Amino acid sequence: MSQVIEYSEKVMDHFTNPRNVGEIEEASGVGTVGNAKCGDIMRIYLDIENDIIKDAKFKTFGCGAAVATSSMATELIIGKTVKEALLVTNKAVMEALDGLPPVKVHCSLLAEEAIHAALWDYAQKNNIEIDGLKPPVEDIDETEEFYAMEGE
Amino acid sequence: MSKVIYLDNAATTKVDHDVFEAMKPYFEELYGNASSIYTFAGQATKAVDNARKIVADYLGAKPKEIYFTGGGSESDNWALKATALAKNKKGKHIITTTIEHHAILHTCEYLEKFGYEISYIDVDENGVVKLDELKKAIREDTILISVMFANNEIGTIEPIKEIGEIAHEHDIIFHTDAVQAYGHVPINVDELNIDILSASGHKINGPKGVGIMYLRESVKLDSFIHGGGQERGKRAGTHNTPGIVGFGKATEIAVSKMNKRYEYESKLRDYLIEQVLEKVPYTRLNGHRTNRLSNNANFSFRFVEGEALLIMLDQKGICGSSGSACTSGSLDPSHVLLAIGLPHEIAHGSLRLTLSDETTKEDIDYVVEQLSIIVERLRSMSPLYEDFIKEDK
Repeated sequence: MSQVIEYSEKVMDHFTNPRNVGEIEEASGVGTVGNAKCGDIMRIYLDIENDIIKDAKFKTFGCGAAVATSSMATELIIGKTVKEALLVTNKAVMEALDGLPPVKVHCSLLAEEAIHAALWDYAQKNNIEIDGLKPPVEDIDETEEFYAMEGE
Repeated sequence: MSKVIYLDNAATTKVDHDVFEAMKPYFEELYGNASSIYTFAGQATKAVDNARKIVADYLGAKPKEIYFTGGGSESDNWALKATALAKNKKGKHIITTTIEHHAILHTCEYLEKFGYEISYIDVDENGVVKLDELKKAIREDTILISVMFANNEIGTIEPIKEIGEIAHEHDIIFHTDAVQAYGHVPINVDELNIDILSASGHKINGPKGVGIMYLRESVKLDSFIHGGGQERGKRAGTHNTPGIVGFGKATEIAVSKMNKRYEYESKLRDYLIEQVLEKVPYTRLNGHRTNRLSNNANFSFRFVEGEALLIMLDQKGICGSSGSACTSGSLDPSHVLLAIGLPHEIAHGSLRLTLSDETTKEDIDYVVEQLSIIVERLRSMSPLYEDFIKEDK
């Protein structure tokens, strides 16, 4: 039934001691991506003040890599401007975790999607437009198909 | 990590010390080829014959109906592919179930490429094959029914005797993948109407890489591995003498302590089930409550994902397995859990614990304690649980 998955020490650290788990009351933006069907749901809460991400929290239903990427993603965006946070790609999250097994790359995509979805929510709430930000994709399967077509 | 609590005995088992001792001489001392004529090899030949007799006695079969193979998957492949080839003049229709092991399902998919039609029979919510559907699926051109004896994930034991009866009423060959049941429950091939049976050594405290196929004398199948004349020309390749000896010894031990072991394990299993359901909320047991393998317990913990659960259990020295997609490298969770009607989300949160007769009550208490802490911790991180609690309020 199961297979051994080799995780880096950093992934194991962020899975075992995840940073920024929780919720933010009256968050500036909340984004939830993924679906229970494929086994990963990620929710990121943002507290944004004067265009700066003051705090970020997450809740994740998913495997070790899903938890670790959520944890790392929140770490990477705290203190950044909205524009800088948009540049935190799945690759950046993966690199910061010293890599992910190939079957787990989609988890890092989910983290990127979750940040974007939370920022989108923030933009909607405040009636602003953020350059380069697209509305969140409802289903991660579609995202994967998209990336598959892109040849990544 | 100090102590390891191994609760994955459906995946593989520890080689029994007596089995290992029985195998040892056939590596360095009695290494002769069991097919050779000289006296030196004679002991190897005798050892292979002896193992064959032990297996035949357990199954109520004739020794010449037992063939040693390289394991359960080989036996399954042989049974399906050779029956397909032998009977293709009669028809190209095979009936199996939705919850078989991949050694059966993927072999069936392979046969479909060659024009074979496969009917996959559904199971009920406990994982029991629907006999009325099975009967309805039978056609003029049905050549084989293959149903597993007991399911490897949820432990449910299938109505093998009834299925065999149905097959024989229609003059159809009946194969059962008995990898999980062999050595755990009494099996008599005549009473249970079995024509072909697959079993594996490493599931019964025997060595890996050796299995058997029982083939009823009246059923004529071709060889699967072609080459030398071993196994009466049906399975080429120099005999794996130590492996075969180990298989025989493991069978002998399993049969001798079957009742005692069943009693011990099922009592402990029931205790585990009872404790987990009591101490961990929003949990369900998968598989039949009573009609299941004595060592199998399979749970689904809502709002929690299986791989995360396995890693955290591993950090506490507990070995289990899960039907979550994340542990299989695919996007879909276990086909067995989906077949018993679980939604994807619940299937992702599954945990299989399979005991042995060395598992103790203290082990179970420790596992239940750790499990409830870990599940609670993962739930505190789960957006699904957060939504559930908010809706509940």
